[in-house]
Amino acid sequence: MNVVVFIIVFLVLALVAVVSGALVFVIDSMARATYALAISFVAVGGALVLFGLTYPGVITILMMIMEMAIMAVFMIMFMGMNPALIPMSMVHGQRPALVASAGLFVLLVVGILLAPWPQHPHAAPARARQLGQALMGDKMLVMMTISPVMFATIVAGVVLASHRTRYDRFGDDLDRRVASDPQPGGVGR
Amino acid sequence: MTDAASAVLSVVLTVVVLGVGGLCAAAFGGVLAGPSVRHGLTLPLAETARLLRQRRRSAPGADLLLWRIAGAGLVLVPLLMLAVVPLGPPPVLDSAVGVVWFNTADVAVWALVWLLGWGANATFALVGAFRFLASALAYELPLMFALTAPAVAAHSLRVTDIVAAQAGLPYVVWMPLAFVVLLVGVAGFSVWGSLGPAAGPDLAGGVLGELSGPDRWLALTGRYLLLVAGSVFTAALFLGGGAGPLLPSWCWLLVKSAVLVAALVVLRNRLVLLRPDRFMEIGWLILLPAALLQLLVVSLLVTVGGWS
Amino acid sequence: MILPLVLIVAAALFCVGLYGALSQQVVVMVMMGLELMLNAVVLAAGALWLFLAPDVSGQVLVLVVLAVMTLEMAMGFAVAVLVHRTRGSDMTDQLTDLAEDPAR
Repeated sequence: MNVVVFIIVFLVLALVAVVSGALVFVIDSMARATYALAISFVAVGGALVLFGLTYPGVITILMMIMEMAIMAVFMIMFMGMNPALIPMSMVHGQRPALVASAGLFVLLVVGILLAPWPQHPHAAPARARQLGQALMGDKMLVMMTISPVMFATIVAGVVLASHRTRYDRFGDDLDRRVASDPQPGGVGR
Repeated sequence: MTDAASAVLSVVLTVVVLGVGGLCAAAFGGVLAGPSVRHGLTLPLAETARLLRQRRRSAPGADLLLWRIAGAGLVLVPLLMLAVVPLGPPPVLDSAVGVVWFNTADVAVWALVWLLGWGANATFALVGAFRFLASALAYELPLMFALTAPAVAAHSLRVTDIVAAQAGLPYVVWMPLAFVVLLVGVAGFSVWGSLGPAAGPDLAGGVLGELSGPDRWLALTGRYLLLVAGSVFTAALFLGGGAGPLLPSWCWLLVKSAVLVAALVVLRNRLVLLRPDRFMEIGWLILLPAALLQLLVVSLLVTVGGWS
Repeated sequence: MILPLVLIVAAALFCVGLYGALSQQVVVMVMMGLELMLNAVVLAAGALWLFLAPDVSGQVLVLVVLAVMTLEMAMGFAVAVLVHRTRGSDMTDQLTDLAEDPAR
């Protein structure tokens, strides 16, 4: 692709990503804040596709839209008010936070500008197959680490979030054959 | 033919297939609903004329921006879904990750249907929105695994490759479970039939309840277009796409898709409505293991048996 | 010049996220800040793959960051649910049980 086109497309995506990312902490409506973050992710996913990382880019978009759809549910569950009507400002220590993040930004930019970076991108294409074979081959350790951590997260998440234990479901001696649940479920147990 | 002309042809064809398909699906649904064939056939056009002239109304505090985005998005997403499917000429976007692209588009429906319920600023609409997310959690994971089965068999995420790999035997023959799970997913993201309690009559229309005028038309149209796009994609992934004797390939793809759409329209009001509290267990305890089992069988057949 | 440009954009995203994570009071909003920081990491990793590593490791890094995001979301929501159930709110300012000075 032409370098000029590349830079223009990237700048548009970058603008969308940063502006919508900043809007998350500016706008009052929780639904709009959540979906502003989703737009920021979609823009970054688009940038990955622009870099040639098609599969990771599209996966990023997929996952983040899903996550933000769920996040909106939690936002509304915990805020307990109609955010479309009431302006919300729930911040603390705004000034130190601003100073810290602005300071870090300056530091990062100086570092980026001082470091010697290669001028030209490589032309190696990114293939989803290559990635899959790496994860099942010489990068297997990554997969083997992520998998148990994911599983532990599922268990830990359920343990933390669920207010009913197996004793509530199966009785004090765990001898109830059919669990007593507030919702009957769909498969007739 | 030049590249540009062929690209334009692909785009036009995609739009026409979606539009005509959606119209036919709605007319067929009208005929089934009665009272007469003529009334049913003219129902979609009559509804269109009525809704486009109707005045918009909204509750105080409605989030109009998000609400309108949701309606328009529901019409846009099916176009994105079909962009990776070869409808005869090469697809609009012959992406190497076409299957993931489709999946991403159908996940976007999560956000859009929820916003449709949220934007209205009405209780029943919001309850419908939450219902949709809950049943989406139950259909989406099985759907994802069902999508991987053909990709594993064809050694590719490109829809064109998957269609080409079925020249001998359509995948539905040896992946029937994945086929059924994907169709359930199509019904799910189209808020259709058994999986349509998000727009259920017990919620006075749920996410669709507060919509009026052109907004309602967009949402209803989007639902039919999603149904058509999902069916065409299923036909490409499992029914061999355009493969078939005598008729040209675009014709076969349309016939197969039409059969799927017709089946979904016929089943619409003939199965029990599954609220998410019921469907959640069905999704996680039946559909997900079925899809995983199917994937295991397919992987074994591909790696050990050398099938493709 | 492309790589520094991308990295500066990533730094901007990261700092916006940091500001949010530091200044927001609600757990879910803090998580949105963290997500934005990870978003910046994804962008930087993609650019670094393009310019520095013509092999598959950059892509693996992107996938690892995505996995970290899901873990962060899952645990964050679980903790938020727990806090909300026990305290009736999910403001970070009330979660000072482990702070050295309980008066704060």
